[in-house]
Amino acid sequence: MDWINAIIQGVLLGGLYALFAAGLSLMFGIMRFVNLAHGDFIVAGAFGAMVLVEMTGLNPLWMLCVVVPVMALAGYTGQRLVLNRVVGQDLLPSILVTFGFSVILQNLMQEAFSADSRRLSAGALDTASLSLGSGLSIGAVPLLMFVVAIVVLGGLNWFFAHTNMGRLLRATSDDPEMIGLMGADRRHIFGVAMLLASAVVGIAAVLLAVKTNFDPTAGPIRLLFAFEAVIIGGLGSLWGTLIGGVILGVSQGIGAQIDPGFQILAGHVVFLIILILRPQGLFPR
Amino acid sequence: MTMNNTNLWRFALLILVVGPLLFGPYWADRGTMRLLIEVFYFLALAQLWNLLAGYSGLISVGQQAFVGLGGYMIFSLAMFAGVPVLWGLPLAGIATALIAWPTALIAFRLTGPYFAIGTWVIAEVFRLGFAQIPALGGGSGISLPTAMVKAMAANRAARESLTYWIALGLMLVVLLGVWLLMRSKVGLGLSALRDNEEAAVSVGVRTRPLKFVVYIGVAGMSGMLGALIFLQKLRITPEAAFSVNDWSVLVIFIVVIGGIGSLEGPILGCILFFVLREFLADLGTWYMVILGVVSVAIMLLEPRGLWGMITRYRPMTLFPVSRKSAG
Repeated sequence: MDWINAIIQGVLLGGLYALFAAGLSLMFGIMRFVNLAHGDFIVAGAFGAMVLVEMTGLNPLWMLCVVVPVMALAGYTGQRLVLNRVVGQDLLPSILVTFGFSVILQNLMQEAFSADSRRLSAGALDTASLSLGSGLSIGAVPLLMFVVAIVVLGGLNWFFAHTNMGRLLRATSDDPEMIGLMGADRRHIFGVAMLLASAVVGIAAVLLAVKTNFDPTAGPIRLLFAFEAVIIGGLGSLWGTLIGGVILGVSQGIGAQIDPGFQILAGHVVFLIILILRPQGLFPR
Repeated sequence: MTMNNTNLWRFALLILVVGPLLFGPYWADRGTMRLLIEVFYFLALAQLWNLLAGYSGLISVGQQAFVGLGGYMIFSLAMFAGVPVLWGLPLAGIATALIAWPTALIAFRLTGPYFAIGTWVIAEVFRLGFAQIPALGGGSGISLPTAMVKAMAANRAARESLTYWIALGLMLVVLLGVWLLMRSKVGLGLSALRDNEEAAVSVGVRTRPLKFVVYIGVAGMSGMLGALIFLQKLRITPEAAFSVNDWSVLVIFIVVIGGIGSLEGPILGCILFFVLREFLADLGTWYMVILGVVSVAIMLLEPRGLWGMITRYRPMTLFPVSRKSAG
């Protein structure tokens, strides 16, 4: 029964990983750009939610209403002011600039919030669970994460398929030069891509803060999880990130069941095996 | 190479800098020697990372994998096979290169930014993996047996001098090696790759094998440096051995601030890094914030670093690698 439980928890955790991965996938898909500070932005969002909770005393989930728009706006502005300067043919500047951001953010957060590990309480939701009988139960928070992931991914897919901006973003992904020739403003489109990715980061940040402990150096490992989910699922596929996240979550759950020290390692190993056997991922676009 | 005026200057500068360093143990106190050893291995690691990222287009944030492997290799060879530590150094380098081979096969399935993150995952796998080996002390690490250390030289002073010369030697080998490589046909191919990969491929540069060999070679040298680093520290833990902060973040900052894609840049960056550290290390986290901000600013404003800034106004080179047409 422990094993089935570990697998169910892994599947639900996969929802959170899919949210980590969706932001990364959006950035790479549209701009061919990867933010190495992605995980640190998630943790920064979690700390932002923490500060708001301390100020207002409200349930952390309410902070989604603030964290998500703030992150989205910051993402758009940051893209227009800084990142658009490094997105382009040469990969080196974008990788090194965002790597620098990662180190700066980690140290600033350490300065502001100390190295202590934090976690936000979602009140009664923390302990609420859905019983499946025969000793199996699903926690309310993990279930919420999974449902949110499906809603977010579904929403993004709908946006890309049915709105004008969505079509523009897809066209940019196919050929950024041509889109410029057609009269679209690439800088604005990249800004919108970053806005979407950052909004998803904001959602992931609040859920992370409620689900697990976090500290100022917790970012890089989230970047790695996001990256692994993207590669497992297949580049360019949003639903693929959910499959990738679930496979990663289940691998970690099974690993932890064998030995707590194997949890993260098992996820990495399964990722490497999939990379060897199927480098294009399970569901490439 | 004819000994024209500029080359004479370069030669004089080399003698002036390397000369006193060669006799370090005779004039430097213990603290200074320790500092210089650290300067040497950071400079070597910076040159190696620059060879990857600056010349070969392989942007790795996972070089700590090979530094750590080298460290664990020399400890394992000494403890389980009784290999004297001096023999252990080159052997650890070779072993690291051998392990880097299959690793590279996996990492090379990814390109660009995903290659960078992939190398990081691989380093994490080694870190978590070595923490699971009880014979090597698991997560809490292990110390080198004193008998193995004492067998290295007659007394502590002799041991420290020996470590110093090995560090200096390895640094000079890396510096000279990268310079000669960049002057060779391989270097010409790498430069072509760096400037325009598509064009390089179209004129027949075999990019993949070239990058592969560079990656393995750099891994082997990093392993040897890692072996030396942990031979000096006498103790190894997975956290210290596979530390992304020590062996990737600092090394990358050194290269970026000094100037990526030149041999002089990492030297300049390394000197600046250690000077800054002497004055600012007390600031702790703020010191890292400052380094990060400077690196980001340089990448945005002058991607060729401080050396690029200097040579923009006064073109010069200490290590000539560019080619001039004859006559």
